[in-house]
Order: sequence, then structure tokens, then C-alpha cells
Amino acid sequence: MRRVSRFAATVAIAATLALTASACGESSTESNDNEGDKGPGIAFDVGGRDDHSFNESAATGADRAGEELGVTPEFQTARSGETNADRVQRLTALANEGYNPVIGVGYLYGDSIQQVAADFPDTTFGVVDAAPEGDNVYGMVFAEHEVSYLAGVAAALKSETGRVGFIGGVDNPLIQKFQAGFVQGVTETDPDIDVEVDYLYADDDRGFADPAKASEKANAMLGRDVDVIYTAAGSSGSGSVEQVAAVEGAWAIGVDSDQYQQPGLAEYQDSILTSGVKRVDVAVEDLITAVHNGEAPSGVHEYTLAEDGVELSTSGGFIDDIQGDIDAATQRIIDGETTVSDTP
Amino acid sequence: MKAGGFLTEERREKLVLGGAAPLLALVTAMAITSLVMLLTGDNPFTAFSVMLDFGIKSDSQVWILNKAIPYYLSAVAVAIGFRMNLFNIGVDGQYRVAAFFAAVVGGALSLPGFVQIPVILLVAMVCGGIWAGIAGYLKATRGVSEVITTIMLNFIAGSLIAYFLKEGRLAEREGNIVHTPDIPGSSHFFEFATSVQPIHGTVLLALLIGVAYWFVLSRTRFGFDLRAVGRSESAAEASGVSVTRTVVTAMLLSGAVAGLVGMPTLLNESGNYGNDFPEGLGFTGIAIALLGRNHAIGMGFAALLWAFLERTGTQLEFEGFDQEIVGVMQGIIVLSVVVAYELVRRWGVRRQQRLVGEKLARARKSDNDQAEVSA
Repeated sequence: MRRVSRFAATVAIAATLALTASACGESSTESNDNEGDKGPGIAFDVGGRDDHSFNESAATGADRAGEELGVTPEFQTARSGETNADRVQRLTALANEGYNPVIGVGYLYGDSIQQVAADFPDTTFGVVDAAPEGDNVYGMVFAEHEVSYLAGVAAALKSETGRVGFIGGVDNPLIQKFQAGFVQGVTETDPDIDVEVDYLYADDDRGFADPAKASEKANAMLGRDVDVIYTAAGSSGSGSVEQVAAVEGAWAIGVDSDQYQQPGLAEYQDSILTSGVKRVDVAVEDLITAVHNGEAPSGVHEYTLAEDGVELSTSGGFIDDIQGDIDAATQRIIDGETTVSDTP
Repeated sequence: MKAGGFLTEERREKLVLGGAAPLLALVTAMAITSLVMLLTGDNPFTAFSVMLDFGIKSDSQVWILNKAIPYYLSAVAVAIGFRMNLFNIGVDGQYRVAAFFAAVVGGALSLPGFVQIPVILLVAMVCGGIWAGIAGYLKATRGVSEVITTIMLNFIAGSLIAYFLKEGRLAEREGNIVHTPDIPGSSHFFEFATSVQPIHGTVLLALLIGVAYWFVLSRTRFGFDLRAVGRSESAAEASGVSVTRTVVTAMLLSGAVAGLVGMPTLLNESGNYGNDFPEGLGFTGIAIALLGRNHAIGMGFAALLWAFLERTGTQLEFEGFDQEIVGVMQGIIVLSVVVAYELVRRWGVRRQQRLVGEKLARARKSDNDQAEVSA
């Protein structure tokens, strides 16, 4: 029994020490006296800066703003499988170092931004794809379903086999917006076309950083005579594009950035029909410029088709022949004639 | 216990050997990481000093402690299996299923906190136990390798949660996040206030589990049976231990502890299970159990070290280092630990052989001396 009590005593002492030690010493916030003028700090979602997709778009916007205003943006990258604590830490560290605005790229930053923003009232926080609350928080959300509708129209008009496909990275509400718009666009253009829908992961943010899995899914779809594939899966998308490029006459539709213009995808660009572009770059650039000029915005703004917040890219000229139909569909959405559903 | 036996020679040697291995591993890991940094043109000394500087700040301490809680629980869950040669890779699936259903039950009830918190914990432990029990049952009755079944059950867990985690089923939607209904504030776990962020009260849960783990494994009949089965199934069976029963019980216990892994996040942070709930803690647990050598205190240090590395990795990025260096460091540490333990074990065995040999030689010599005297 004596051993037991000695062990218990050791544990108790260790615990007490640990708990009291935790409260002492200088905190990292105290030892920092930055003025909040270091320029923008960007925290990426998984996939990182070079995901050929929306992280990259945010980075482009920040770089552009940085060049114009003469500031250097700081970029930080998330790992797969992070917890809220990791995100809170990253944002706190950025704000603490004096970066302003601090921008979280991706809906996962919604909660953590709200939490951190309360601790740094003088810093402006921006978040892409989420709508948190707070006086110094600016939420940038996009009408992905509207641009996906246009992608659906293009897919329906370009498909030879009468089968098109949608691949989503993770089966969550954000990606379902892409799916809903795309399916509606296809069926309203040509009700006879089959749309296959598949997701890489049901519930795991690895879906945005797993090109191998996207390549597998795309390969299976191509095998079933699908000839246009729309992939909304962050950096996983490159796997799908690569598969499609290997098949004569098949088209890939990109997402977030204009993937035809991506240097990393240059060798497949002849197979990239178009991209459903989210102007994350414009949103980020505007936010940085506004903060620099002392006019920090707050609230939530939805970037829609009507204000060019989302758009269908035309580079490569592959959809020039159907541009009339695309413009007509765009006009119908802007006029409110067509209401695009944001849930499947 | 022998009087004054706390530091007999054997015990001291055991302590020295026990301390030598992790120390050797850490030094090796730091040396290799420094080499990697030198090769990529970074200064390792700046990196280490940045990490140390930032890691000992008071808010860092709290963050590290809080972050280590689920890691420790996860490591204990894995270690229970390890001690009897069961490789429970399914801790990941077990804690997610457990946390999900615990969150659903917690969100549906509104009992007073002192009733509801134990209910939530119990649901989590039962769900985790059931999920692991499936693998245990298959292993015991059909001889199916638990490595295969637990991996498969991880995937099934993911799909099961994804099925129920939909608006209109067991979850509600809030912007781009889908999550289970919020657990009432009264049922959140308590916190210890400090001068910076509060420390999660679930740290006590982890301590309790750590003590229970140590006690059950080294001070009970069941723990002895379990370790005996781990050493040699046939020998254990021959001496009257029911291997099937031990396997199933160990899996159930491992699963029940795994069920608690999600609780610090659920009850101290998020208050619900959503598509932003952390994943992969079960795999981190494997690394930490290896690093801590399945030892109740060793795993505690390992969990803290892991959290320390993650805390300081972000800071490295500000100094122009790639934060991937932390991942490299974690990987190298685990590898060096495995290698170092084996080296130290071999060295210990050789030393013991030599000592025993010397003792025998001395004994024979004195026998000879006596023989000469009597002759």
C-alpha cells in the first residue's frame, strides 16, 4: 500500500506544480508591443498557398495589394486534422505580431476568428467562406451556386456522351452549394443529361488535399462515359484534371481560380473547359486596401454573380461558341428570373 | 516491500536505464533535425531558441497543457492494447463515434450539470467500448486480426457519422458548418482560471485515467493476466488465464478510454460535434504511446512534448522557418525512440549477463577457496 500512496502523492504534487506553473511567467501577448502596422497576415486552409485553387487566389490578392501599398503579407499554412485550438493560436500569433488585417481563408476559421477578434479590438479580421459576428470582423462569402449553375450550362452544352460528373472534396454545406448549382444548371439546360455526383470524403478535411483520390474518382467516371467533370475540391482538383486530360474529347471544369492560367496545370490546360471562379483575390485585395486606408469594413458581404464576385472564366476560348447561352443564363440569374438553389 | 528498498541497486539501475533511453532518443532527434536544418540552410540554434522562448510563455504553457489532454487519453487507450500485444489502430474511429453520440445525447438533454456531465461521459465510454468491442469480439471468436478490423471500423465510423451529421437528421446547420445541437452551458466541464487563458478541467479526467491505468495494469489480477497474455498467449492459457476473455475485456477498456478522447474538446471547447471536430487524435496517440513506452508518466511527458512542438511550430514560421520542420522533428523523435529503446535494452541485457557472470565466477571462486581450505 505504501507504494500506492507514494505514487498518488507524486501525481498530486506533479499536478499541482503543473497547474500553478501554468499561471506564472510572462505571456506572449505581454512581451509584444507591436503597433499593428506590419501589413496583412493570411492564414491558409489545408492545401497551402499553392493549391491552384482558393488559397492561391487569396495569396494573389494579398500579393497584389502588398505590391500596391508597399507592404509584405505574411502567409501561414494549416496542417490536415487541425483543431480549433491550432487555428486560434495561428490567428492570435498573427494579430500579436502586429499584422492587420488578419485573414483566415476557409470556413473552418469561422469560430476561431470570432474568438480571437474579441481579444484584439484594434485589428480587423477577415474570413473567407464564413459569416462570423463581431465589430472588427468581416465575413466574405460567395455565391458558388450561381457560378456553378453557369458551369452546369456549359457542361450540358459541351457534353457529347450525355453524361457529366461532379466531384466534391468533402460532403459539407459549402461544397453542396457547388453541387446544387451545377446539377440545376445541367438539368435546366438539357433534362436528358445524366449527372453523376461523387464526393472524396464524407467528413474529413483531407478531401481538399488528396489529388490521388480525386484522380481515382475521375478515372471511374471517365470509364462510365462521363465526358465533362466539374471538380470542387481545393488542391485535390489537380488529380481530376490530370485524369481528364488523358482522355481525348473529355473536359475538366476548374474551380475557385481560373485553372487554365495556373502554371502548375499548364500541361493540361487544353482540357480545361472553363473554371467557376470565386474572386477571393478581389475580396482579399479590397479588404487589405480598405484597412490600409483606415476604412475597415465589418459585417458579412456576399460576392454574387451580379457584382462579378463570382464568374465563369473564358480563357482558352473553349466556350466562345456557347458564350451567348452563358450570357443569357447569367442575365436570368441577375434579373432574378432563375433562382439557383444552394442546397441539393 | 523490503525495508528501505526504494533505491536498491537494481531499482537504481532500472531508473537509470529507463531515463537513458528517452534522453538518448531526444539528443539523437535534435542532432538529426539540426542536420536537416543545416542542409536546408537554416540555423538550428536560432530555431531551438525561438521554440524554447515561445514555449515557456505563460499562455503557451496553458495551451500546451490543454492540447496534451486528448493526446494523453488517446495514448492510454492505445497503450492498454499495446500491453497485451493488441494493436488498436481504431482509437480514431472509436473516439469520433463516441464523441458524436455523446454530443447528440448531451444536446438533447437539459439536466443539471452534475447529472448530465457523467451521463455524457458514460455514453462516450459505452460507445467507444462497443466500437472497439466489435473488433475484440471478432478477434476472440473468429481470430480476425484486430489491425484489419479496427482500420476498417475507422472508415465505417467516418461514414456513420457523416450519415447522421446532416441537417434534418441529428444535426443543424450554421453557415458552412453542420453540427449537433449545442450542449447547454451548464453541462460544460469546469475550468481553472489563470492569469491568461483558463486550463481545461478535463485535465483531472486525464490524471484520473492515468492513475487508473497504472493501478489496474500493475496492481490487479486482471492487469497481470493482461500482461501475461501479451508476453505469451500459450503460457498464459496453460496457467489458467482465459485468453478470449482477456482480449475482449482489454479491447472494451481500450475503447472506453478512447471514448473519452473527444471529451476535452466537446465539454471544454466546442460544445457540439460538427464537421470542424478534430480528427486523427487516435493516430497521434499511437506515436505518443510509443514515445512514452506505455508508461503512465512517460506518456504524460510525451503528450506534453508533442503539444510543445505543435505550439512552437507556428512561431517558427514567423522567423522564416518552414513549420514542416516540426513534423520532421516529431517523426524523427518517434523513430529515434524506438531505436534508442532497443539499443538500451540490448545494452542492459548484456550488462546483466556480465554482472550475473561475475557473480557466478565469484561464487565458484569462493567455493574453490573453501574446498582448498577443507582439503
